[in-house]
Amino acid sequence: MKEIYFDNNATTKVDEAVFEEIRPYFCELYGNPSSMHFFGGQVQRKIDEARNRTAALLGALPEEIIFTACGTESDNAAIRSALEIFPEKRHIITTRVEHPAVLTLCRNLSKRGYRVTELTVDGDGNLDLDELRAVVDDDTAIVSIMHANNETGVIFPIEKIGAIVKEKGALFHTDAVQAVGKVPMNMASSTVDMLALSGHKLHAPKGIGAMYLRKGVPFRPFMVGGHQERNRRAGTENTVGIIALGKSCELAGHYLAEENSRVKALRDRLEAEILRLIPNVRVNGGGAERLPNTTSVAFEFVEGEAILLLLSEKGICASSGSACTSGSLEPSHVLRAMGVPFTCAHGSIRFSLSRFSTDEEVDAIIGELPPIIQRLRELSPFGREFLQK
Amino acid sequence: MWDYTDKVREHFLNPKNVGEIPDADAVGEVGSLACGDALKLYLKLDENKERIVDAKFQTFGCASAIASSSALTEIIKGKTLDEALDVSNQEIAEFLGGLPEEKMHCSVMGQEALEVAIAKYRGGPVPGHDHDHLHPEMEGEIVCKCFGITDQFLKKVISDNKLHTAEQVTHFTKAGGGCGGCIPQINELIAEVMGDQPKEERKRPEKLTNLRKMQLIQDILEKEVRPLLWADGGDLELIDIAGSTVQIAFRKACAGCVSSGHTAKFVEQKLREFVAEDIVVEEVEG
Ligand code: FES
Repeated sequence: MKEIYFDNNATTKVDEAVFEEIRPYFCELYGNPSSMHFFGGQVQRKIDEARNRTAALLGALPEEIIFTACGTESDNAAIRSALEIFPEKRHIITTRVEHPAVLTLCRNLSKRGYRVTELTVDGDGNLDLDELRAVVDDDTAIVSIMHANNETGVIFPIEKIGAIVKEKGALFHTDAVQAVGKVPMNMASSTVDMLALSGHKLHAPKGIGAMYLRKGVPFRPFMVGGHQERNRRAGTENTVGIIALGKSCELAGHYLAEENSRVKALRDRLEAEILRLIPNVRVNGGGAERLPNTTSVAFEFVEGEAILLLLSEKGICASSGSACTSGSLEPSHVLRAMGVPFTCAHGSIRFSLSRFSTDEEVDAIIGELPPIIQRLRELSPFGREFLQK
Repeated sequence: MWDYTDKVREHFLNPKNVGEIPDADAVGEVGSLACGDALKLYLKLDENKERIVDAKFQTFGCASAIASSSALTEIIKGKTLDEALDVSNQEIAEFLGGLPEEKMHCSVMGQEALEVAIAKYRGGPVPGHDHDHLHPEMEGEIVCKCFGITDQFLKKVISDNKLHTAEQVTHFTKAGGGCGGCIPQINELIAEVMGDQPKEERKRPEKLTNLRKMQLIQDILEKEVRPLLWADGGDLELIDIAGSTVQIAFRKACAGCVSSGHTAKFVEQKLREFVAEDIVVEEVEG
């Protein structure tokens, strides 16, 4: 069965061009970039190139890029560094809908005496900037707010947030793992101090990430022990990962317009057809500004895991904010924070596209999904009055 | 992805006995939309009103909930009501070749629907959940507010399945899997039923240094109090601690709520229970 992969916010296919780029760096050009000989030097030059490419996608300077192992490491490094720089400040601001990489860290810190404010969102997943304005104060060390939400694709107004944060002299970090490559960025004119990105969401392999650190912002490294990354991230470089990330950033810049035109049109068509063909459906965050590739749809009276497994029987890969898939018993923290009605909170499915998604794949999903929902609704004791005859 | 057995997959993809029986003799309904799963079971009896001649179900829930319902109806068809009452949740799970432990509550839901159907038919007290307060006649006190689960029901599942930890109880009944506020009570029930000591009981320490006291206050607010408020869309913030006076400010739904006075009292009660008798909680603007 050929897979129809619509779960690109979970991870993406490595682009063939990325794979070709790194192929020689396993068995032939395997030198250590720190070595003095020519054999290491050629790898060092390739890493420099990767840094330039990554910086170019972000509109940043090459020296503002630190390669890490993943988005989660970048998030952890940024937040922990800010707290070390401002030992007297004890307040952290984040949001209810953050990725666990940030949320879990903040909740752990709150047990260690930090004051943590989690901003709320409205029904569409939007923040209230007045709430932020009211809570940020001189005691705030860092504000960490995601660029775009992984479950709903809702985009936060990063520059407006940054402007508010700057007034109080706090550092501003954004987890941009889902946004990089889909939203144009220009760090040169941004209010962001630190930013996290992840390779495997961008058609690079898993195990490589990067952190943007604004020039002039002090930093205390998370990993120590070697001089790599200008003493900001010790440990022998993941050379193939870094080269792959560089190439994937170059490609992302190239495909950015396509993500926002062709891919977006596919997403819009998928969403519109689902809404047209299936009754009692809502789009989570539908009223907000969203990533071009993501849609989170909530089906009333049916449960998400059952939908996913029936889709999977047809080769369709999606994901769910439902409780049952994760083994937890409550719907995702994002949907709960948005107050998604309980009639459909358990029946939310996320489809996330990529530049490899096609019209035929959207057609296939539009064909398979309505009978699956119908079948589960026929099984369900609820909503029987809405059943299509 | 869950590691479901072939049997579970088979009963999920092609469930047996789906639907309703319009002239059913007994109907049992458990669970709710908010809980994430629900089962409505219909039973048709023979003319002596003794033996189950037909059983059908409607289920809202995940794959294992649907498979457990299908298995249940297959198991009980042809049994007398008394024989059916002997069917345990383990039997449903075994029929399916086993369920992942996190999904055992699906088998429990099946067994429960059966009990409710028969109890209602016979006119006795109705055991089990009561999320929507459909059954005022139901036995027991609600322990888990998030999922509407009673002590009687929990005790039965704990003893039937020999459960020793609160986590297991959550896997089998869901109780404790929401805000977590009922976990201390679940531990007490385990101790009562299984006769051993609950694993993590918080006790009030005898003497506290000031620093320890402040840490403990923060800890209790984080672990015992705020999660309960979050469940209702509220929150609080610790403003200051001066000696035994703890100043808090309410946030979100709690701020400006008429009953925030009660909430402040509740916070004080918790802190007295776990930290020290003399704690006073003050609500401040902040
Ligand atoms: S009361 Fe039991 S989980 Fe909330």
